[in-house]
Amino acid sequence: MSEALAQPANVPVRDDAPRPLGSVVTERPLVRWLLIAVALTFLGLFLVLPLVTVFAQALAKGWQAYLAAFSEPDAQSAIRLTLLVAAIAVPFNLVFGVAASWAIAKFEFRGKNLLVTLIDLPFSVSPVVSGLIYVLVFGSRGLFGPFLLEHDIQIIFALPGIVLATIFVTFPFVARQLIPLMQEQGTAEEEAALTLGASGWHAFRTVTLPNIRWGLLYSVLLCNARAMGEFGAVSVVSGHIRGLTNTLPLHVEILYNEYNFVAAFAVASLLAGLALVTLAIKSVLEWRYADDIAAGARRH
Amino acid sequence: MSKSVREPPKPRRRFRQKSVIPGFGLTLGYTLTCLGLVVLLPLATLVLKASGLGLSGIWEVATDPRVFSALRVSFGVSLLAALTASIFGGIVAWVLTRYDFPGRKLADAVVDLPFALPTAVAGIALASLYAPNGLVGEQLAKVGIEAAYTPVGIFIAMVFIGLPFAVRTVQPLIAEIDKEVEEASAILGASRVATLTKVVLPPLIPAVLTGFALAFARGVGEYGSIIFIAGNLPYVSEIAPLLIVIKLSEFDYAGASAIAVIMLAISFVTLLAINLIQAWSRRRFGYV
Amino acid sequence: MLHDFTLDVRAGELLALLGPSGSGKTTLLRIIAGLDFPDRGRIIFGGDDATRVPVQKRSVGFVFQHYALFKHMTVAQNIAYGLKARKRSERPDKAEIKRRVGNLLDLIKLSGFADRYPSQLSGGQRQRIALARALAVEPRVLLLDEPFGALDAQVRKDLRRWLREIHDRTGQTTIFVTHDQDEALELSDRVAVLDRGRLEQVGTPDEVQEHPVSPTVLKFLGDTIEVEAIAQDGKVLVNGRPTPLTAPEGLVGPVKLYARPWQLQFAEADAAHLTGTVRSSYRTQGRQRIEVDRPGAKTVVVEASDTARLAGGREVGLRIVDGYVFP
Repeated sequence: MSEALAQPANVPVRDDAPRPLGSVVTERPLVRWLLIAVALTFLGLFLVLPLVTVFAQALAKGWQAYLAAFSEPDAQSAIRLTLLVAAIAVPFNLVFGVAASWAIAKFEFRGKNLLVTLIDLPFSVSPVVSGLIYVLVFGSRGLFGPFLLEHDIQIIFALPGIVLATIFVTFPFVARQLIPLMQEQGTAEEEAALTLGASGWHAFRTVTLPNIRWGLLYSVLLCNARAMGEFGAVSVVSGHIRGLTNTLPLHVEILYNEYNFVAAFAVASLLAGLALVTLAIKSVLEWRYADDIAAGARRH
Repeated sequence: MSKSVREPPKPRRRFRQKSVIPGFGLTLGYTLTCLGLVVLLPLATLVLKASGLGLSGIWEVATDPRVFSALRVSFGVSLLAALTASIFGGIVAWVLTRYDFPGRKLADAVVDLPFALPTAVAGIALASLYAPNGLVGEQLAKVGIEAAYTPVGIFIAMVFIGLPFAVRTVQPLIAEIDKEVEEASAILGASRVATLTKVVLPPLIPAVLTGFALAFARGVGEYGSIIFIAGNLPYVSEIAPLLIVIKLSEFDYAGASAIAVIMLAISFVTLLAINLIQAWSRRRFGYV
Repeated sequence: MLHDFTLDVRAGELLALLGPSGSGKTTLLRIIAGLDFPDRGRIIFGGDDATRVPVQKRSVGFVFQHYALFKHMTVAQNIAYGLKARKRSERPDKAEIKRRVGNLLDLIKLSGFADRYPSQLSGGQRQRIALARALAVEPRVLLLDEPFGALDAQVRKDLRRWLREIHDRTGQTTIFVTHDQDEALELSDRVAVLDRGRLEQVGTPDEVQEHPVSPTVLKFLGDTIEVEAIAQDGKVLVNGRPTPLTAPEGLVGPVKLYARPWQLQFAEADAAHLTGTVRSSYRTQGRQRIEVDRPGAKTVVVEASDTARLAGGREVGLRIVDGYVFP
């Protein structure tokens, strides 16, 4: 260099043993603990406290009152309806998701990106709008309203409407999880299976499915949680007929609006429990099978 | 550098490249059928219904004072909530990725709670917490803040619902930060604050913006967790999705559709913005 | 993990820290830089104790193996970063920064690239930018961590020569870490060989090659064969036959003899130190290498320039013409 050397730091030689200065790529401990405190306080206040409230309120008047909420026939029919809806909607979206990701991940064709965007569409639609569109199609003043009325088919304010709305809001769950996963895995293994004489279906069952099973389980889990907990969309198409078209979340709403708080929170605690189980399994899957769940999780 | 091999003749652009893997027709056909019946047909009906009103009709609904104020509440509060969620979500993401402390994994799992907890459950829990006689509401009332049954309550619910988006979009990028880049900055004489603001944060901005947009879009459309805490006073704490429900119960399909289309349009613009942000950041930062 | 040693780096020299992975060479480099911290011992720059000086004030230049360029900044912004990070009072003005960046871009022959982003550059170009960025702050010492590790063989060779040129032109005291002996021997003024946290030897490339102080250094600098031998009356015997080697002062009894592939010759059975059968032979870079299996011992590699390809299975005798003796 033509320029003079930088000013030498004028440091006297010291005799004391050097203490570690601390890592250069982190903040000072004080700042670190301050940030941790801010983050944990925020999470506690906004996320944990509401969750605790659900259980605290549900048990506010003791176990007896808590359990009584479930022996009510309306509550039981709400549980049955919720399970039934999930039992239809989740398998539907499972089959759809696997088919869609097979077509999208294993083949190259025009318009693929558009297709992916369209599958993702329900995520960006407000739940209320998701319900509304089915009312517009099947409602008494909707597109097919007169036709359905004539043939005495009830979709809105009945099970089919609830199922449809639930399918809509959970439509992308499985597909969006599996597409990147299957894309990352490529087609080599399937091609190898085919050259070894496997049929397409056999190759799918023995090669593809084992590769995506954890990702599949993960997405089904999330899909199920949303299906059982959906409120806005179902609320619009259900008609709130007690004992008939009330799912668990709708039942919670009715009880709450009737100031029957213990029962409302008791039923809510059931759903919160479902959420906790879902989170727990999800976390375990993420810790143990990170690479098998999400594409790109592998570090290079 | 490989020598250029004789280029194979460009294949004629076809709908699909040939592949030995079977099942394309079946799976794509099934996909398109489901997509068409479940998603596209109902959405098209909405657009059809709204277009029956015409732009002037939609404008008329939008400028109705009650509708207008509901839209303003939904969008305005959601903007504020998304901003808050992004700031605190950024801190949460940083803390969860960069620091080690007891309970870190648990805290990390908790972040997804709003994804898993049904909105109605969150709604009544927040409402009871922030009610004037609730655990937090009481404290807030002492300092003169009325949370429940005001836009403040809506804000709280929207932060709740938006937080995971803000955290989860930024978190993987923080994890990917090359520590050597921070070391390089320190060696070149930059203080820790300068390293953070000049080297660490700028590449995170696209992800922060994406998280912000996602939280915003979610907040605008959110219904279940808001209606219990909001109090739903027309002109004050009534949100647009609730107004759709009200219009529907009055069998005003056209009015409901108009509001829905406005909300859809905004969320599409948001989606578009997200895509543009991501395309820009790919171009700008690329792979090094 | 490093053990106690003193390493004296001379002003203006180009020193290579050579060692296998896990030898502690990168740790040493990071301690010198102030990125890691020693439990004891000191880092002294030209008489000043720098051990407690934080990395920001240590005035070192560091080039990372994977460059660690700032992706969101242009090439010019990357190079100017260290100058702009200085306190206002010590910071050169804008025109001066621009001039220095220009000079450095000339030095690394990337003058037209000031406004590019790192993602638009090749690996070799990024490496040069990283070097310019480190030089911009006029460091007291320049440290390079495996500077060519991530590059193609050809680019690597070009950059090596170029780095030597830059060093000769700037006279910058430079330490670089490598696990590649050829790189260290070709490029540096002196080589420091590290192994498992110990400093084995420091010397010019000729010194360490001709007079390795330990089997470790010897083995690390190239292919060797290892033979059991006996030191007797100042002579070294293999299989009872004397070799041209003299035993080091005071060494008597069983010793180890090490030889390079070219320090062996084919010989008749009655003059051979070793015997064996040819396993295979191959030609590499113009020289013939023959692998010889020995009963009950390790296969040895012999390098000969004059021999024709030897058929596998043939019985051969080998004579040691030179080598090194260690206890």
